Amino acid sequence: MIHSLFLINCSGDIFLEKHWKSVVSQSVCDYFFEAQEKAADVENVPPVISTPHHYLISIYRDKLFFVSVIQTEVPPLFVIEFLHRVADTFQDYFGECSEAAIKDNVVIVYELLEEMLDNGFPLATESNILKELIKPPTILRSVVNSITGSSNVGDTLPTGQLSNIPWRRAGVKYTNNEAYFDVVEEIDAIIDKSGSTVFAEIQGVIDACIKLSGMPDLSLSFMNPRLLDDVSFHPCIRFKRWESERILSFIPPDGNFRLISYRVSSQNLVAIPVYVKHSISFKENSSCGRFDITIGPKQNMGKTIEGITVTVHMPKVVLNMNLTTTQGSYTFDPVTKVLTWDVGKITPQKLPSLKGLVNLQSGAPKPEENPSLNIQFKIQQLAISGLKVNRLDMYGEKYKPFKGVKYVTKAGKFQVYY
Amino acid sequence: MSAAPAYSEDKGGSAGPGEPEYGHDPASGGIFSSDYKRHDDLKEMLDTNKDSLKLEAMKRIVAMIARGKNASDLFPAVVKNVACKNIEVKKLVYVYLVRYAEEQQDLALLSISTFQRGLKDPNQLIRASALRVLSSIRVPIIVPIMMLAIKEAASDMSPYVRKTAAHAIPKLYSLDSDQKDQLIEVIEKLLADKTTLVAGSVVMAFEEVCPERIDLIHKNYRKLCNLLIDVEEWGQVVIISMLTRYARTQFLSPTQNESLLEENAEKAFYGSEEDEAKGAGSEETAAAAPARKPYIMDPDHRLLLRNTKPLLQSRSAAVVMAVAQLYFHLAPKAEVGVIAKALVRLLRSHSEVQYVVLQNVATMSIKRRGMFEPYLKSFYIRSTDPTQIKILKLEVLTNLANETNIPTVLREFQTYIRSMDKDFVAATIQAIGRCATNIGRVRDTCLNGLVQLLSNRDELVVAESVVVIKKLLQMQPAQHGEIIKHLAKLTDNIQVPMARASILWLIGEYCEHVPRIAPDVLRKMAKSFTAEEDIVKLQVINLAAKLYLTNSKQTKLLTQYVLSLAKYDQNYDIRDRARFTRQLIVPSEQGGALSRHAKKLFLAPKPAPVLESSFKDRDHFQLGSLSHLLNAKATGYQELPDWPEEAPDPSVRNVEEEDLSLIETHVGLLGEYTEVPEWTKCSNREKRKEKEKPFYSDSEGESGPTESADSDPESESESDSKSSSESGSGESSSESDNEDQDEDEEKGRGSESEQSEEDGKRKTKKKVPEGKGEASSSDEDSDSSSSTSESEMTSESEEEQLEPASWRRKTPPSSKRAPATKEISLLDLEDFTPPSVQPVSPPAIVSTSLAADLEGLTLTDSTLVPSLLSPVSRVGRQELLHRVAGEGLVVDYTFSRQPFSGDPHMVSVHIHFSNSSDTPIKGLHVGTPKLPAGISIQEFPEIESLAPGESATAVMGINFCDSTQAANFQLCTQTRQFYVSIQPPVGELMAPVFMSENEFKKEQGKLMGMNEITEKLMLPDTCRSDHVVVQKVTATANLGRVPCGTSDEYRFAGRTLTSGSLVLLTLDARQAGAAQLTVNSEKMVIGTMLVKDVIQALTQ
Repeated sequence: MIHSLFLINCSGDIFLEKHWKSVVSQSVCDYFFEAQEKAADVENVPPVISTPHHYLISIYRDKLFFVSVIQTEVPPLFVIEFLHRVADTFQDYFGECSEAAIKDNVVIVYELLEEMLDNGFPLATESNILKELIKPPTILRSVVNSITGSSNVGDTLPTGQLSNIPWRRAGVKYTNNEAYFDVVEEIDAIIDKSGSTVFAEIQGVIDACIKLSGMPDLSLSFMNPRLLDDVSFHPCIRFKRWESERILSFIPPDGNFRLISYRVSSQNLVAIPVYVKHSISFKENSSCGRFDITIGPKQNMGKTIEGITVTVHMPKVVLNMNLTTTQGSYTFDPVTKVLTWDVGKITPQKLPSLKGLVNLQSGAPKPEENPSLNIQFKIQQLAISGLKVNRLDMYGEKYKPFKGVKYVTKAGKFQVYY
Repeated sequence: MSAAPAYSEDKGGSAGPGEPEYGHDPASGGIFSSDYKRHDDLKEMLDTNKDSLKLEAMKRIVAMIARGKNASDLFPAVVKNVACKNIEVKKLVYVYLVRYAEEQQDLALLSISTFQRGLKDPNQLIRASALRVLSSIRVPIIVPIMMLAIKEAASDMSPYVRKTAAHAIPKLYSLDSDQKDQLIEVIEKLLADKTTLVAGSVVMAFEEVCPERIDLIHKNYRKLCNLLIDVEEWGQVVIISMLTRYARTQFLSPTQNESLLEENAEKAFYGSEEDEAKGAGSEETAAAAPARKPYIMDPDHRLLLRNTKPLLQSRSAAVVMAVAQLYFHLAPKAEVGVIAKALVRLLRSHSEVQYVVLQNVATMSIKRRGMFEPYLKSFYIRSTDPTQIKILKLEVLTNLANETNIPTVLREFQTYIRSMDKDFVAATIQAIGRCATNIGRVRDTCLNGLVQLLSNRDELVVAESVVVIKKLLQMQPAQHGEIIKHLAKLTDNIQVPMARASILWLIGEYCEHVPRIAPDVLRKMAKSFTAEEDIVKLQVINLAAKLYLTNSKQTKLLTQYVLSLAKYDQNYDIRDRARFTRQLIVPSEQGGALSRHAKKLFLAPKPAPVLESSFKDRDHFQLGSLSHLLNAKATGYQELPDWPEEAPDPSVRNVEEEDLSLIETHVGLLGEYTEVPEWTKCSNREKRKEKEKPFYSDSEGESGPTESADSDPESESESDSKSSSESGSGESSSESDNEDQDEDEEKGRGSESEQSEEDGKRKTKKKVPEGKGEASSSDEDSDSSSSTSESEMTSESEEEQLEPASWRRKTPPSSKRAPATKEISLLDLEDFTPPSVQPVSPPAIVSTSLAADLEGLTLTDSTLVPSLLSPVSRVGRQELLHRVAGEGLVVDYTFSRQPFSGDPHMVSVHIHFSNSSDTPIKGLHVGTPKLPAGISIQEFPEIESLAPGESATAVMGINFCDSTQAANFQLCTQTRQFYVSIQPPVGELMAPVFMSENEFKKEQGKLMGMNEITEKLMLPDTCRSDHVVVQKVTATANLGRVPCGTSDEYRFAGRTLTSGSLVLLTLDARQAGAAQLTVNSEKMVIGTMLVKDVIQALTQ
């Protein structure tokens, strides 16, 4: 299936290669570079490229390209999904998935890649199993290892590999048994220029951090499970229980993982926590324009909205912007023409606004296209869909775990048209 | 160790002094010398007997390999360490060996004996890794050893080793394909393996070695289907795509009948998305074409569809896509719809995933447009999307556009045209063109919109518009003389060659519509001829020729001038064309044969171009495959076979019974609910009993309100947080504090959303034609009932069947109530939609220009119409028996709120039966009910026979004895009995009474103290008008309104059905949404529950 993997940084250096079958020359990447050049923009490099003898399937993650070489028919999503899993694993092991981290830990990376694929077919991809096979690097361990010559590699087969619950390692022990759940919801919305919602949808995830000893069997129930319109599960969740009772019943992996991700459909209309008033106007035959944004809370459920950032891609003819803001700070990058306004918190008494002049290239006609606004915000302790965790029960272990649920609402792809 | 300091320095980075050739001129000899020296270091380190040094050396060598540098000269030094005791060194040596063994085959042989020893190791990990490395060394001479090792490992005790053996098979096959026959034997053996660990890997091997040996699958088919859910994700993808191919060879097409009556099938598809057994579509067609044998799906085919469906909820995009393609290729039309939701979900994923999914959606949306129509908005484009994603989304939007949604789509396109991304704008214009050709009704609108774009400042936009306009005009040129004139004017300004060429062609083609302008254009073009681009020049010649034929008087000289210019052009194409044209049109002495037909040749009516999606017919490739994505056959692609005419013998899949039962026990955590460890079940059941006790003792009417509140989820969460604070956590208790706060907040929001829901409903009512409205509502309906329907899975035995039912009963009423609200509102939609509703928007809107459309959007959104909900039971139609559990019999019930004629103490329940199977259901009646004390049932008269597709309604009365206990009874047909239960919401246990305000107050005075329950609440903004409050209360409980003097007070009265006790409800609304709810009733339990339900209804 997957023949080889090349890791390429932004400047086009191939800094790691791994082959699972016969060696494929680096020159195969030339086709990739060609496509990259054509695309102009990193995001527009086609994920699948056909070359005379191979197919290249690539992903772009954290400023790195993961380019895999394929020789025969394979579902492209299979490869893409796997590459992302590789990047996730690096992230998990080294805290970041960057060129420096990979270069520093090249041996561990190699060992990981060796375990994750056998002859191009995925072998062990669960992080719990990998961590038993290859221990993640810590400062202490590397010091100890360099002195004693012991290694990061486990010498027994992780029991998870053989059991029906391959995602959990055995013999987990904690002195403090804790289970935390983060309900994170993101609002995806398109708001048109009059302020009405064209499209809105809530995308939520429940991320769990489970540090429980032994083999706990958890069940998590919701006050209003019917809200969840479309759910995708971590493999640990018993599907039948959900189907029949709407309870999430599972033996969790150890550590951090994504329990479910869900969508609350646009049928239950989504509350939009902020509103934006904005205008941009250019005078005919003048190299000047007026620009004005005000942002205010709308359906915020009485919570403070914080971390508000407004990003506007201005038309190309805009030279500079002279603005004054009542709150926060703004920057305008004259090269990329991106205006970023970091607002911070909204207090309803005084609505933050940003207004001023836009300078255009002299002589250029007034721009026809209108910029659109992208808004970021965050509301703590609120799940905007109204989803609430009812309770968490644990079976199979005697101790009393420490439980906690946190709710956060964020803006996802939140866009306002002019 | 003299070398030690040297490498301890460069430990940190791999780019240390250990690799000095970086930055050196490759031609200088320095490389080699330093290379040798460094390798000497390494060799020395490898030769020591200190593991730490060996490890260090190996790490550096691996780092070299990783950077793609040659380390092959170290082979002898490294290979010696293959027997090293240190496991990490060993592993790194393996890495090295696998990389270089192919190049140094002789030396590699030295290591073989170590692996052979490893294969016999008692540790399974070592056995497995020995086999892994042995099979990865691509040295042909050891093929027999590999073969032997694989055979042995295939019958190893450890499933992990067997899995490794499965992985080794394709490796050996690629090394020596002569071993195929022997390998197939091993595959056959491993296919019979019953562990999930092996299944994925062996199917992978099967696909690579012998995908044509479909016969090997027969015996394992059912096992694979059953194991599927527990196989790891990667294996699932491979197995699903293999089974897709298998099913195409073994089963009959589920759509073979449907295709005869495309129309009907399409309709059925909307109606029954969750169809389990057989779509209504096939019934209809079966009825329409009685001559054909009715199609009955092979149970194995059904098994595959059923077992893959849950995987649509996998976290892995690859698995979801695999199931989606399986459904697309194998499922009856009526069932394919289920995949849409999951695919739409993937659009939130990484952009690469989006790219692949959108390609597939684009293909699917051509064939099954209806499937994605409800998700139209999910394909709306954001300015932050990469261009390649934008263009794919545009493709999907265009495919989804139809008569009904076109105004919305066009309005959206209008926004895109103002985007800054010019490639995308051009694609949008193309898309508008396609919409215009496909949907005749909006052609004029689009054309007008495009003409407006001609005054755009951006030339690319204008050029693209011209090209598209040209195509559109070809469809009905007669009416568009004006536009052609407008275009002719543009020739002065527009510079983009393609656009100029298009304009010239148009003028030439329709010169009879613009007889005055055409010669003038030619004059201008003749002037600038030499400066034009090639395609423009060709079109100038073309124009000249056409004008010469139609209007030779005016243009004869001009034409000759142009032709002479062209004769000396640099481009041979143009010279050629000029020569050819001249011969054709200018009559000469000889060879006049052709010029007589010149008019016919040049001015023949040309068929209008058909603007088609580039994704048309891509579905002959298996969806989700690489070949589909590239639209070309990839190496190793297995064609998806056509359905067979006659089904092959299904008995080949039969396996010994005991075999199957063995497998069943292996089905793990994800699969069977019955697999939940015994203790979980017990404790759950106990708890349930505890909880139920107070709940059910209500019927005696004496238990206190606090007790019955036990089932309240709120108090549960309270006790929950208490228990956690007991465990000494400060944080979690504060957490729960927050939660409480949240709750208040949430109430406010809830009502908001309800209001907006209505809003949305109104919108749909306006825009959606009846068919679609029904689709989405029934869609929702079936969704919400899925929890009950799934109980079928476990209902193998009677005992088990009872269990899920009681589980359901356990769910606190509040959580059950919430979705019910949703349900009713959606159902109502159906009732309210008048049958003759206009599709989407009246044509008047359509014919206005695009700009007007854009304005229109805001108008329709902001107008508010008062809601029209009638005070019927909030609990809508509920499912009593799902079609699968009922083997085709669907039973729903509603509380009609009409007095039951037989017995005034009974609640009348309307039961709707419909038969969706294909055999008549006979003798429907109620079997011996097992009822708790006090509850009685008045059965409905036996329904003698229910023909397929028919439905019937019967009324039965149930005396619930003023409790919310469920009435369990049996529903019998001639052949089967179904256990069903009806649980009434508390609001249905009463009937309205009418009284005056004074009477009310008097009665209320009698029911004070213990009998009064008061609760404070906040009315959300949306719920402050009289109408809404009254409607919500009456929807929740069957009470009658009592006239009331003050405006802020609402009174309702009713009597419980059995005992006739009064139930008085007062809602006192105060300032700013604060309100107080009072219920006075002798039946305190009913009172408490009613308060809870009403508050919930009001605040959500």
